[in-house]
Amino acid sequence: MTILAVEGLKHIYRGHDGDTTALAGVDLRVQPGEFVAVIGRNGSGKSTLAKHFNAILLPSGGQVLVGGLDTRDEALLWHVRQMVGMVFQHPDNQIVATIVEEDVAFGPENLGVPTLEIIQRVDEALRQVGMESLRGHAPHLLSGGQKQRVAIAGVLAMRPRVIVLDEATAMLDPIGRAEVMNTILRLNKEQQMTAVLITHHMDEAVRADRVVVIDEGHVVLSGSPAEVFCQIELLESLGLDVPLATKLGIELERSGLPMPQHVLTAAQLVDELCLLS
Amino acid sequence: MPIKLEQVSFVYAAGTPFERHALKDINLTLADGEFIGIIGQTGSGKSTLVQMFNGLLKPTSGTVTVNNLVTTAKGVKLKGLRQEVGLVFQFAEHQLFAETVAADVAFGPENQGVPKAEIAARVDSALLTVGLPLDIKQRSPFELSGGQMRRAAIAGVLAMNPKVLILDEPTAGLDPRGRDEILSRIRELQRERGITVILVSHSMEDVARLVDRLIVMHEGQILHDASPREVFAHGAGLKAIGLGVPQATEVLQLLRQRGWSVPEVALTLEEARQAIVAAYHERRERA
Amino acid sequence: MSLRHNITLGQYLPGSSAVHRLDPRTKLLMSFGFIMLLFIVRGGWATYGLLGLAALCTILIAKLPLGMVARGLRPILIILSLTVVLHVFSTREGVLLFRWWIIAVYSGGINQGFLLAARLVLLVLSTSVLTLTTSPILLTDAIEYVLKPFKRIGLPAHELAMMMTIALRFIPTLIEEAEKIMKAQLARGADFESGGLMKRAKALLPLLIPLFISAFRRADELAMAMEARCYRGGDSRTKFKVLRYTALDIYAWLLFAVIGVLAFYVSYLG
Repeated sequence: MTILAVEGLKHIYRGHDGDTTALAGVDLRVQPGEFVAVIGRNGSGKSTLAKHFNAILLPSGGQVLVGGLDTRDEALLWHVRQMVGMVFQHPDNQIVATIVEEDVAFGPENLGVPTLEIIQRVDEALRQVGMESLRGHAPHLLSGGQKQRVAIAGVLAMRPRVIVLDEATAMLDPIGRAEVMNTILRLNKEQQMTAVLITHHMDEAVRADRVVVIDEGHVVLSGSPAEVFCQIELLESLGLDVPLATKLGIELERSGLPMPQHVLTAAQLVDELCLLS
Repeated sequence: MPIKLEQVSFVYAAGTPFERHALKDINLTLADGEFIGIIGQTGSGKSTLVQMFNGLLKPTSGTVTVNNLVTTAKGVKLKGLRQEVGLVFQFAEHQLFAETVAADVAFGPENQGVPKAEIAARVDSALLTVGLPLDIKQRSPFELSGGQMRRAAIAGVLAMNPKVLILDEPTAGLDPRGRDEILSRIRELQRERGITVILVSHSMEDVARLVDRLIVMHEGQILHDASPREVFAHGAGLKAIGLGVPQATEVLQLLRQRGWSVPEVALTLEEARQAIVAAYHERRERA
Repeated sequence: MSLRHNITLGQYLPGSSAVHRLDPRTKLLMSFGFIMLLFIVRGGWATYGLLGLAALCTILIAKLPLGMVARGLRPILIILSLTVVLHVFSTREGVLLFRWWIIAVYSGGINQGFLLAARLVLLVLSTSVLTLTTSPILLTDAIEYVLKPFKRIGLPAHELAMMMTIALRFIPTLIEEAEKIMKAQLARGADFESGGLMKRAKALLPLLIPLFISAFRRADELAMAMEARCYRGGDSRTKFKVLRYTALDIYAWLLFAVIGVLAFYVSYLG
């Protein structure tokens, strides 16, 4: 069963200067165990879309079904939020407690999980993100990447079926970004955790199973990273980057080299080139 | 406006359990009009180093001389220095506070004692330089988009007409288009005004494209201080300390490992393309 | 960096001493009880000496660095001096030591001034020991527990405790941000040091306004994150760390009772 089903989703922000249509009819289906990257420039609607997955925002039109549950149904709100965990952009502004392990326990506490089970879940979550050694630390002493891993652990402790990262790496340095990406990839590959990554870093998007490109509230492109990133002109006209390896591959093809297929990383490009000679 | 650091060291929280040697024995001379990039992992000392340039921090040992003014001398007035050397912090939009964009951009020049008539001109000039429309002046800075807020904050520093401009990760958190716009404006600025620009960055691509001189910081010391081309030739070494090389260079270095005769470094995609095409034809001829 | 490490009043110092291991409710109520003792029992050097000794022993058992505890007294030095001065110049008991025009200093005044200062010191010490040996979360748990009976009269015990936890969690973060903003404004020529009171107050605006705005934005984002993790108030919430009394608490209370009785006894002797 499709774990996230978005059908004709519209979202209109009502402001005193007038209304803004952030989403103008989005259709999207995410299967269990998929790793989907959603990319788009600032203002494209990607963050608005993300907030519909756990009912922080409700549709102005169309619907969002999470595990078959309609997000508009108030009675199901907390079920939806337990099923879809979200990690936000600002590492500091999602950590509630003064000690790491207590923050990870915050979610299960809210769900009314019995104490002994909370302890188990906290241990497990910390292990899954590699933060057990820092479990007694105060959050302000952690690096950005560590804070985001604590946030991920906090979400994992609620045993969700989907984890959504809403530009969770935007404020991190390269090391922090790598930490978060490796954690998510591991969760996705080893535990079949469905992951939705909202980002504007193309080097992250290339590692997903599927890439969805959003612009002006519509889905413009959807496909595997290889399929999406070879559309260089379109992506650049949308204000997005293309991995240099992909562009270089296409430029080399234009220069007469018989490049067999599109590549996404430097390593892949080099492999292709070595096959040629 | 040369900046000179001689045997500069800086220790945070000396004598407490939180003691940290942020800078160790730094020797550095920056000349007028240079476009310099500083790269290094978080914690390598980059931020501490740049705060030495405008006297926000004073070294625990060693001397810092800016335009013949020794910052470590007793009773030195550093306020003037801080306006000659402008520092744009990371996430600069967090410093916005005034009721209108114009008032915020004018803050720096007002503190400098610039006459009112001139302030208005400076505000306009600064806003145009960062690519903001002049009709934004009477709006509240907090109504602007993230990218616009950041540019308004940069304008606030530019309005002081600094002779040295330091930007600490000016593109952090921006989307690709936002990043490109800010970087191209910085490059234009450097060319037009001929001022020294120091760019602290995590992006190897950005520094490869823009700077003439690249300084690599590691654990409080300067590991490399040379042109980007020379620095990125040390691919393995840079990776060992947690940094990288521009993607174009990465491709070439991987090809070299597989026996291709290509240069060590490519700073742009075009350079890489030309090098690879040439090497490809050479290999085909040999075969 | 610098601001963060100078604030010792109310900052938790992790440890595993007997004092650290006491139930936070014990420590909270005992702190409160200690303060009550200070005010109920008739003041005298013997009494305060005894209570001071008890406080000192607690500090030593908790392995708290004395320097750090002493630094926690710095904020009240002014009040202490004022207390002493006030009593020295106004109390007219005991032996007259010194007279000049209308100013008369009596031995009673000096005694009273220092005695009351000592009481203030003990008061602050007891709160310092409480916050230095109890993690903020445990402390808020204890406060929530102690306030629970008042829920019946409409006191939002859980919400208050949550607010306290969040405030404590964000204090170091906000301090860090304040330092950054200050540096950014200094880099633009701001002057926080020169000028009279009015000028300096106005100069603080470029520091306070961004800080406030940032705090509001944080609150917004935090609320969203909390709701995303299914927070909906205190009802039907369970606890990760359940407070449990141990034998250690019983011994501590016994000791406290003994000291309390001794204090009363000593005060009636003197």
